[in-house]
Amino acid sequence: MKRIALLGMPNTGKSTFFNRLTGAGARVGNWPGITVDLLSAKVLLAGSMVEIVDLPGIYNLHGFSDDEQVVRHFLESQAVNGLAVILNATQLDRQLALLLQLKSLKLPLTLVLNMADEAKQMGIKIDLERLSKDLGVPVTMISAKYGQGFGSVRIATEALLRDHPDAILADGKAFNQDDNIEVELDRIVSDTVSTPITLPPDLSRRLDKVLLHPWLGLPLFFITVFILFQLVYGIGTPLQDGTGWLLDHFKTAILEPALSQAPAPLKSFIIEGLFDGVGTVLTFLPIIIVFFMFMAIIEDSGYLARAAYLMDAVMAKVGLDGRSFVMQLMGFGCNVPALMGTRVMRSRALRLLTMMVIPFSLCSARLQVFLFFTTAIFAPRAAAMVMFSLYLMSFLMAFLTALVWRGKYRSQEPLLLELPPYRFPTFKQLLTQGWQQSGHFIRGASGFIVAGVVIVWALTHYPFDVPPASPTTLAGQLASWMEPIFAPLGVDRLLSVALLFGFIAKEIVIGALAVIYGAGQSNLSGIIASQLDWVQAYSFMLFTLIYTPCLSTVAVLKQESKSYWFTTIAVVWPLGLAWVVSFAFYQGARALGL
Amino acid sequence: MRFQLRHVINKNLSHLRNEMHTSLNLLHPNQSGTITAIEASTELTGRMSALGLRLGRRVEVVRLAPLQGPIQIRVGHTELMIRRIDAAKINIQLNT
Repeated sequence: MKRIALLGMPNTGKSTFFNRLTGAGARVGNWPGITVDLLSAKVLLAGSMVEIVDLPGIYNLHGFSDDEQVVRHFLESQAVNGLAVILNATQLDRQLALLLQLKSLKLPLTLVLNMADEAKQMGIKIDLERLSKDLGVPVTMISAKYGQGFGSVRIATEALLRDHPDAILADGKAFNQDDNIEVELDRIVSDTVSTPITLPPDLSRRLDKVLLHPWLGLPLFFITVFILFQLVYGIGTPLQDGTGWLLDHFKTAILEPALSQAPAPLKSFIIEGLFDGVGTVLTFLPIIIVFFMFMAIIEDSGYLARAAYLMDAVMAKVGLDGRSFVMQLMGFGCNVPALMGTRVMRSRALRLLTMMVIPFSLCSARLQVFLFFTTAIFAPRAAAMVMFSLYLMSFLMAFLTALVWRGKYRSQEPLLLELPPYRFPTFKQLLTQGWQQSGHFIRGASGFIVAGVVIVWALTHYPFDVPPASPTTLAGQLASWMEPIFAPLGVDRLLSVALLFGFIAKEIVIGALAVIYGAGQSNLSGIIASQLDWVQAYSFMLFTLIYTPCLSTVAVLKQESKSYWFTTIAVVWPLGLAWVVSFAFYQGARALGL
Repeated sequence: MRFQLRHVINKNLSHLRNEMHTSLNLLHPNQSGTITAIEASTELTGRMSALGLRLGRRVEVVRLAPLQGPIQIRVGHTELMIRRIDAAKINIQLNT
């Protein structure tokens, strides 16, 4: 019969694991030459009965305690198909030593990390894939106490049995060998395990007294988020400029000379279409990475759970919950990570409703457009008020949307969250988080972005013998066709072309306006101020605020909801809302004689 | 008002039974008690249990969020937030 031995340090939940894995059929086995009772049980694994033996917990392979002698004697005298090694995930820095020692026995191994729940609670993160690669041993993570992860343990054990159908004895020499594993241990642990710095509980409680204060709590949270955004832009903007500079140089030094012989339409397609379009999005990559890193800080610090606590009462009234609010706030940086953050919600209805609301958050890209317009058209004092009113509109539209759609996306999900002690992620954790999340975003959205860029290029450049975005181009014709729709909003033909661009990314609206008006960035303000009055400008800003934020957002909406129907609603509803609000504002203001 | 009334009735009833039985949503900050029953769906009971809210466990109310918001509670070393509507499903025997 095939045989697997369970091995691990004392108090790692090995017995709980054994009981969970084997059910009730355990019995005390009788092993020649071994005086201690060993529990064993037969389990059906990979189509045949396998005997699982629970060996005593040991700290060290070279020790001389009774338990260690028992383990040694067993492995030297009883052939096994493999060892399942159980370690405590919260103490890998010490416990991995045992696994490294066991490797020298040359027995097939599979590693099971127990206490996944406690590790999570302590904020410990383990890179299982990397750990498995470094050790050369398959790794699974479980919580024996709550019975989570047993499916993957069975799969791992069955794979081990399939790969090693013959039982073998341990390499006896290894027991006497002195090992030199300290260096390897340190390297593996520092590569794969990251433990955050956690505040002691009493300090956490004292901090909570201030941060969860009934009336101070929320203002403090808003201030923190504000500072965070400032930091993201403080760090991200220079990086963005740097990326833009690099791309520009690439364009003038390599791309343009390389294409100097190419036919004009092809050259225009590659440079003004693909390169400029994708490049514009690419320059925002540094901000996105930095943003994800800062989001990791807030997420791992335990502060988000507290914000959810503070805002839950208000959000519940519109059919959302405290976590929706947190994601909405994250959306003020960038809608994309906020939409991805809704994964923590289990109820699909609640998740979809939250995803419907997030795109109304006035993200940094829209902020650029608004800053440009407000400074061009309004006096400084009025400009600040205008900005504030736009933020207010952002919240208003979000709540209105939740109210309208909460009937369709009704959820009964109870909100039961842990408020963990405050902790700070390590720098390495931040880098990994920023990198992984941004990678996910790029993989998910790149197709969409390229497609959108190509379409807008075609619209504004075809036919090729007229100036880009002029009335005879496709975009120009489209603008004339859209005129009846946009004229009642005070948005003229040229501005409506910019809105078309804005559908790809709000980041390119200002650049698009420069092309459309045939102006440089510097004198664009003057042209805009001379062509538009404030009512028109505000109407344009309202529309920009409310309608579809960008292609990336649409891509993520689709990616996360996995529903074309929902994505359609989430695009069409804000479009309609934007039109109605701008219309009401523009016509109302004109009726008042403004 | 309704909560207060229910609280008073609950208190009186428990005096009658010579026991201090109530539900978690009616506890004040710094009050604690032992869980005697959980009347929630299987799924919610499972989640409560995973977070330490099980029969016989001692719970302490830490603070209440304003505007009838959630309750912050402490079970063992874990702190949780729970909505009042869900806390009402947890029966408590007050510790004296």
